[in-house]
Amino acid sequence: MSWVEIRNLQAIPLAEIPRLPIEGLRLQLIEKIKRGGRLVQFFGDKSSDGVVLFAVVADDNASRLYVASSSFTAERVYRSITPEAPSAHLFEREFHEEFGIVPEGHPWLKPVRSSIPGIAGDETPYEFFSMEGEEVHEVGVGPIHAGIIEPGHFRFSCHGEKVYQLEIKLGFQHRGVEVLFVRNGGRPIYLEKLAESVSGDTVIGHAGGFIRAIESLADTVVPRRAKLIRTIALELERTAVHLGDLSALSGDVAYLTGNSVFGALRTRVINTTMAICGNRFGRGLLKLGGVNFDITPQLRDKIASMIDELDEDVSLAAEVLFSSASVLERFEKTGVVNRETAAAIGMVGPAARASGVKIDVRSDHPFGGFEFIPVHKLTLEGGDVFARAYIRFVEIQQSIRIIEEQLSGLFAGDMKNELGQLSKNSLVVSLTEGWRGEIGYVVITNADGKIRKVKVKDPSFHNWLALSLAVREEGISDFPLCNKSFNLSYCGFDL
Amino acid sequence: MLDLLKLRIRHGYQAIPDIRSAQLMGTHRGFPVIDESEYEGDWQKVIDVCPTNAITKNPVSIDLGKCIFCGECEEVSGKAIRFTNEHRVGCSERNHLVVSSGDGFGDFLNEAIAARREIHRLFGRSLKLRQVSAGGCNGCEMELNACSNVNFDMGRFGIDFVASPRHADGVVITGPIARNMAPALMDAYKSISDPKIVIAVGACAISGGVFAQSDELNRGLLDETAVHLYIPGCPPHPLTLINALLDFIGRK
Repeated sequence: MSWVEIRNLQAIPLAEIPRLPIEGLRLQLIEKIKRGGRLVQFFGDKSSDGVVLFAVVADDNASRLYVASSSFTAERVYRSITPEAPSAHLFEREFHEEFGIVPEGHPWLKPVRSSIPGIAGDETPYEFFSMEGEEVHEVGVGPIHAGIIEPGHFRFSCHGEKVYQLEIKLGFQHRGVEVLFVRNGGRPIYLEKLAESVSGDTVIGHAGGFIRAIESLADTVVPRRAKLIRTIALELERTAVHLGDLSALSGDVAYLTGNSVFGALRTRVINTTMAICGNRFGRGLLKLGGVNFDITPQLRDKIASMIDELDEDVSLAAEVLFSSASVLERFEKTGVVNRETAAAIGMVGPAARASGVKIDVRSDHPFGGFEFIPVHKLTLEGGDVFARAYIRFVEIQQSIRIIEEQLSGLFAGDMKNELGQLSKNSLVVSLTEGWRGEIGYVVITNADGKIRKVKVKDPSFHNWLALSLAVREEGISDFPLCNKSFNLSYCGFDL
Repeated sequence: MLDLLKLRIRHGYQAIPDIRSAQLMGTHRGFPVIDESEYEGDWQKVIDVCPTNAITKNPVSIDLGKCIFCGECEEVSGKAIRFTNEHRVGCSERNHLVVSSGDGFGDFLNEAIAARREIHRLFGRSLKLRQVSAGGCNGCEMELNACSNVNFDMGRFGIDFVASPRHADGVVITGPIARNMAPALMDAYKSISDPKIVIAVGACAISGGVFAQSDELNRGLLDETAVHLYIPGCPPHPLTLINALLDFIGRK
């Protein structure tokens, strides 16, 4: 039986998704990944008599997604996919933790979000990988870190200054987001706000991804003007965070000019978002069916002149940053993830593109306003901190071009349409290119057209492993720099 | 080298000179003003639209500790609820965060934060805080970080965030306090020497915010300890944060 072929944001009846025996699903999944397919979702959904696993594989070149499923009842054991296709590793751990399905032969079948010491009902201690030998020592950091950042635990196995292995234990931020989506399925405004808070640094990315999934299920057409406003907001978000990251990366190598200048430029961008919707991170802007705030002609001119000036300032600041010997000395050849590794573990976003992996949802699986906007995929080859920093600069310039174009094409029109009824017993896959990379939502409805399951996947889900691999063989003092070059989300991962 | 000089000149002086009197742009949703009589429809409709159940009747009131300042109630109530751009919404008493129909910003601000003489005496010129994110979405965290950037430069007032709770005079909590973070937060709290200050930042820390009904929280710490300062918002603007802290330590 062949997998059902869909596009991004195309809702389909559940009945059209083939149900394969697990061994069949496994073999076909491995085959698809070996032929260049990318595993974008692989999750369990509770059914009346057990669990159904859904797998979604993307063919990025053909802009197609392939979906199939398999069901488990009493017997919950199968042969693990991870040894053949490493990008499945965390998905398999996730549904092992949630539903007790055992992928036999999984090399690293550890808890994903549970087993936190001191939590009632969570007594199984998490076992860290440990190394032994003369002069081998371990360094444990977290959950609370030195600065104002989210919590997570890092365990380094070191020999002197050199890191052999880093294990990252997350789950401290778990708030039960997926459950809250389903429990409040009948409160559309609540759902919008919850999606904004999945990861508060990606308000437009996450809310947009969720909202488009629901709009597809409701077959609601969003006015073109609203789509363009959403696109502008998404690119402002990308620009702002990338600027903030360049600022922080400068700070991490004690390059204070970059730290100050990029920080101030970021402020300018988020204040522009605030001029549109009253919140520096875009909260309140997106609505099911459209947007809540308009970009008036006066505001359009204001944004255009801000963008114009920003373009010049960013180019100058980047030129100074990337030609400073003391910066390059720290950035170059630090924390390398090569292309093969990046592709094998399923890395996404700018981090993947910095390693030469040509993926970008805006171009591969266009969503929202990107149906009308061609986006050129930008990649670098180095895969080091320098590449991850430089790609941010290049992407800022790209976002500036996109915002300029959208502003000039912003013609009069409606801001929102009424949201229709959700189709019954259906499934939709929503992919969005947030600033961190691919944000995935899958929403499934029941026989009454109510939300029955929401699967959320932040880009960090794929990329935390990349950080672990990047710091191997590096000095432990380079960890903060490597970490910042990825800037991953804890709460987006923990949900 | 010339480029660097050019960059520094273009960068100029970025800090807001007077944090105390700085105003935010008109789009900012700050202190809400309610005039119950202006809306003749069913207030229940307005109450139901609120994602965090912050609105109650008799008299119509908004709990700023729950409010995420999304502004959805503004339109539904036909602007009987109107969010002004007044950003100084920090409070030292939890019940003072409930704003009722007819309440004006001036009166609210006068009684919002009682400058504590002992705090001024103990920490007046140097307040060091340890921040703990306990299920925070990174929104409040980003704004707390922004307080120390070149624009807001909170360090000029002697207020800083420190790495060790042993060096801190108090703890700043963000996030709804995820169950998995409760023990670590408690450890950090206990590691701060007495007398210590507890500051709750953002709707999540104050009331649970959009996560209030989650089964994955453990807000026990807040039952055991007093919170000395509440700073509402989703997230609170850096000017809201800095002004609340300055009021709290009694700086002019």
